Amino acid sequence: MTVRVTVGAPLSPLAAALVAAAPLVGAEGLQNCDVYRVYHLDFDGARTQIERLCAEVLVDPVVEQVWIGTEPPRLGHSIEVAPLAGVTDVEARELESAARQLGLRNLRAATARRYDLQGNLTNETVALLSRRLLVNETIEQWSTGALPAVFPSRISVPTEVVAVPLRGLDDRELADLSKARLLSLDTHEMRAIQEYFGSLARHPTDAELETLAQTWSEHCVHKTFTAEIELLHSKANGQRIVSRHKSLLGELRQATEALNPWWLRSAFVDDAGIVAFDDDFDLAFKVETHNHPSALEPFGGANTGIGGVVRDVLAVSARPIACTNVLCFGPEDLSDERMPRGVHHPRRMREGVVAGIADYANKLGLPTLNGAVVYHEGYTANPLVYCGALGLLRHGKHRNSAQVGDRVVCIGGRVGRDGIHGATFSSASMDTTTVDTVGAAVQIGDPITEKGCIEVVERACEAGLYNAITDCGAGGLSSAVGEMGKHLGVDIHLEGLPLKYPGLQPWEIWLSEAQERMVLAVPHSALGALRELCADWDVELTDLGSFTGSNDLVVRHGDHTVINMSMDFLHHGLPRRKLSAIWVDPLPSLVSTPGLGDALLLEFLAHPDIASKEDIVRRYDHEVRGGSVVRPYVGQHGDGPADAAVIKPLTSADTTRAVVLSNGLCPRVGVHDPYAMALLALDEAVRNLVAVGGDPNRVALLDNFCWGDPTKSDRLGGLVRAVQGCVEGARRYAMPFISGKDSLFNEYEGRAIPGTLLISALGVVPDLHRAINSAQMRVGDDLWLVGWGSGALGGSVADALYALGATQVPSPLADPLPRYRRVHALIMAGLVSSAHDCSDGGLAVALAEMAIGARCGLAVTVPTDGEDAFTAFFNEGPGRLVLSAPRHNRDALAASLGRFGRLIGAATADELISIAASNDHAERSTPSISISLAEAVLAFTKRIG
Amino acid sequence: MAQPPILILHSSGTNRDGDAAQAIRLAGGVPHIVHLNHLRRGDVQINDHAALLIPGGFSYADALGAGQRLALELRLWFGEAVAELVSRGKPVLGICNGFQALVRAGLLPGPFEPNTHVVNRQVTLTENANGLFECRWVTLRVEPTVRSSWLQPLKDTLIRCPVAHGEGRFVTSSDDLTQELQTSGLVAFRYQTPTTQPTQPTQPTSACPQSSDARGLYPANPNGSVADIAGICDRSGAVVGLMPHPENHVFDWQRPHGAVGGSGLALFEALVEAAK
Repeated sequence: MTVRVTVGAPLSPLAAALVAAAPLVGAEGLQNCDVYRVYHLDFDGARTQIERLCAEVLVDPVVEQVWIGTEPPRLGHSIEVAPLAGVTDVEARELESAARQLGLRNLRAATARRYDLQGNLTNETVALLSRRLLVNETIEQWSTGALPAVFPSRISVPTEVVAVPLRGLDDRELADLSKARLLSLDTHEMRAIQEYFGSLARHPTDAELETLAQTWSEHCVHKTFTAEIELLHSKANGQRIVSRHKSLLGELRQATEALNPWWLRSAFVDDAGIVAFDDDFDLAFKVETHNHPSALEPFGGANTGIGGVVRDVLAVSARPIACTNVLCFGPEDLSDERMPRGVHHPRRMREGVVAGIADYANKLGLPTLNGAVVYHEGYTANPLVYCGALGLLRHGKHRNSAQVGDRVVCIGGRVGRDGIHGATFSSASMDTTTVDTVGAAVQIGDPITEKGCIEVVERACEAGLYNAITDCGAGGLSSAVGEMGKHLGVDIHLEGLPLKYPGLQPWEIWLSEAQERMVLAVPHSALGALRELCADWDVELTDLGSFTGSNDLVVRHGDHTVINMSMDFLHHGLPRRKLSAIWVDPLPSLVSTPGLGDALLLEFLAHPDIASKEDIVRRYDHEVRGGSVVRPYVGQHGDGPADAAVIKPLTSADTTRAVVLSNGLCPRVGVHDPYAMALLALDEAVRNLVAVGGDPNRVALLDNFCWGDPTKSDRLGGLVRAVQGCVEGARRYAMPFISGKDSLFNEYEGRAIPGTLLISALGVVPDLHRAINSAQMRVGDDLWLVGWGSGALGGSVADALYALGATQVPSPLADPLPRYRRVHALIMAGLVSSAHDCSDGGLAVALAEMAIGARCGLAVTVPTDGEDAFTAFFNEGPGRLVLSAPRHNRDALAASLGRFGRLIGAATADELISIAASNDHAERSTPSISISLAEAVLAFTKRIG
Repeated sequence: MAQPPILILHSSGTNRDGDAAQAIRLAGGVPHIVHLNHLRRGDVQINDHAALLIPGGFSYADALGAGQRLALELRLWFGEAVAELVSRGKPVLGICNGFQALVRAGLLPGPFEPNTHVVNRQVTLTENANGLFECRWVTLRVEPTVRSSWLQPLKDTLIRCPVAHGEGRFVTSSDDLTQELQTSGLVAFRYQTPTTQPTQPTQPTSACPQSSDARGLYPANPNGSVADIAGICDRSGAVVGLMPHPENHVFDWQRPHGAVGGSGLALFEALVEAAK
């Protein structure tokens, strides 16, 4: 029989949060809301057993009430929300497992939520509330009143392998077929497939065609980054430059090879880049994007974004030890009229994404230590979700070469229809119909299953139980096994894989992007030990087949041959693309800056890109593993923004060596000049890293390009310019790129995001006891400015705040390293009490943030270097840091910084932030801006300080 | 026992077991991280150990409520073994998710009856007042009136360490019960508002910061717990639980800013001492 159980708490924080959030999504009149959890339990047994199950695991008697078989009266508008059949439901699974422990062997559970919305509400308001706050129709269904139970189907279907006729189709028909099957292949590629199967004198199977589409997707082979491109670059002075590019990826690799420092272990080879940490340990670092899935289902997209990048690090046999994330959203106060159709409001998007990241990283037990949030209207329909993971591995332990005869072993989660077509979907633009066609591309994560995989892989690596390992990401087994068996060939049997529910066809099993799975090449002799290890950690293992040496990809399901094609065609049959690109530099504009006033600085501090992100960051655990040295927020009240994260990866070891993680991005600059954006983002990442004690001589970089449709020449032009900037940056800063990723087609209804490059930096702090942060200046300390401003306001927060129309961006540094080396030496000598970089909002904001973190005042006179005071205070030119240092170190700093450093003032006891401008910095002029510390704290944190 | 063996329980989703093991090691104990599967199979016995520590994490994803399924496992499989350990006067410590599991299993505040079907619970740890997971450093005072014998050396001292939880609001079924917990010495830790300014690093590390009760005010009391209660003990005094993470403050360099003192290591030293 099926029993409906309802559990509710009279005063739940969730209900209060919903009431508070309603007006923010434009729903007026909600006065109260009761939230209930609903369970449909299908079981054979006595009702008393259900009563016991409820008392044991479902109800907290101190704060909750339960109704078994009955229901609390429905008040106001009562709606119910339940996951669609097949969507991962960890709660139901854990409930079934608890029931088994209590003797209810065959209980099946389905969950739902009930919301009784009360107040003066119209049906339209209820629908608005549901869509905006309570339901995501991509993964959930809802109705007013009771929703019937949805149990996954138990019906199995006959296995089918369908041939897809290609013979005789013309270009147009091939294009239609590609579109109808969501293959995201162009006609050249479809034609190559048609020719290959023509030569075999047969049609491809559904699974063969899908495998080719996955393997040849932009997501998997980076067609744009390996294409031949011709760029026509028109400069503002009318000069036209044509450059030819054989492969953007190749150019980035060459930049790294030209440097090839001794501490570089592996770049662009595996799923993550690897550098040396010390003699015994290496560090693996990777940043991924999960933009398309997050746009459809913010929680699930971001959730599995973390899950995916953590597996990338696991796939180089590293133990994940920290996470990062950088998020780009539309403005939170965006009005309804400006919202594109079929898109989640930025507020909802942010809420879901942050909750998704927190859920996954916290549950994996990984500290989230570094990140950024940027708001821009261009991200409204295409939010960007960058997820990063850092791992630690013993040097020399990672193996990545499968041997003939090895077993192909899959460990981790079960297979469902989750995420089918993820790789091809993220290789296409989106429009209002995207949700309907690729709903199945959305996955919901299950971090505890992934945690089990981490424990198993760490021990299996230590014991040498595998010869190669990779993660099951986009394209599922088709990509993972296809890639791993590239040089050997494999023979796979799919019928043994455990499924979440019956009814999957072989091509679906093969393509499923069900999360939390790793594929390993395991010598026959090690299989028993790996099985035992998996059993110890509650991880499921399937022996799928073997590496054959035939160089063919053979996949079977029972007696059906699902795939039989050559690895050579799969990996080398893809025709190379030829693309043309155009970039036109903007004409310089005349900019008139606003007059100075105290309110200006407060407006900057309250700007969404600058204001405190504590409300987001404190939802991430940044303490777990006990290695955190510099956290995201610092100072005695924990509200000063830190520049970078410092982590001690081996907490137990005697070493004082630590890791530093930082990032830089400036998409507003990229709108005017993507080349400068690359160099300025790189500089930001480096000065953040140096500010906490990182060594500028030992920095590894990651690039992450998020762009629009690269088949449009203007989008591609910006992308090529950004790559040129990266290549030049690697040279100027002598820092190798060790890994990278591109996410293209970030367009909605023909509108592209601002081309966005994230530079992530990984470095070393030689002695963690010398690490400093932005909030340690003390009353009486000298304040020093390192570097000069460039003056240009294009792409700055000042330009965004006051609509200045500036098009000229700051000039990148020609020779950046000398100043950073000097600052680093001073910090390592213990002569500097605090350091903070000048980024968004320029020098004035950097000073205010230092004052907020340290809770003391300051008085400085800023040299204007020929600019007006507004520009001097708020420009975002590169290469600048503010240092605080005790007075008695003045001579040492002056000698060491030389022409790079100028003494600009001191930290004061008067709780005033006073910033004056002067062309002659020896003489202090009247303050141009003077605000109280309390005002600054309030503007920055929205809290009374 | 010079170096008592301390069992650190790992179930699917546990994640601060390594942090706890490090604290135990520094405090002079020998940590054994043991997966629940090994205990259930009988490969390892709880009572071969001198103490039990249930660390933080998200056991079974906390999908049925924080610590709920782990509590069920504890009662169904190990109720008698834990009761035996307690009757021998050996310490049991639950941190964060471990605390939640001990409360839901009925071990805190007790009395614990291993063979009853359903626990008649009067206290709980539920969603934070703001409805969100929160990570921040807090200050705790070990209650001067605490009953637990192994916490006696720490009475009236301060511990500074982070919280990192979404369901840490301590709630009781009535004000009378809250009062009774306090008068019978079952309240072990309370959230504090630090009153001293960060000191200069030249001061000796033994200096202890001053504080006053948080009086329910955020963020000193980070989750809205009644009477600022951050942790409790049972009537025997052997079983202790708390939400914050003293295992994440066992080195000086882990402390985020200026002020010295308040190391969490003292708690683990007291536990190891009692386990000897």
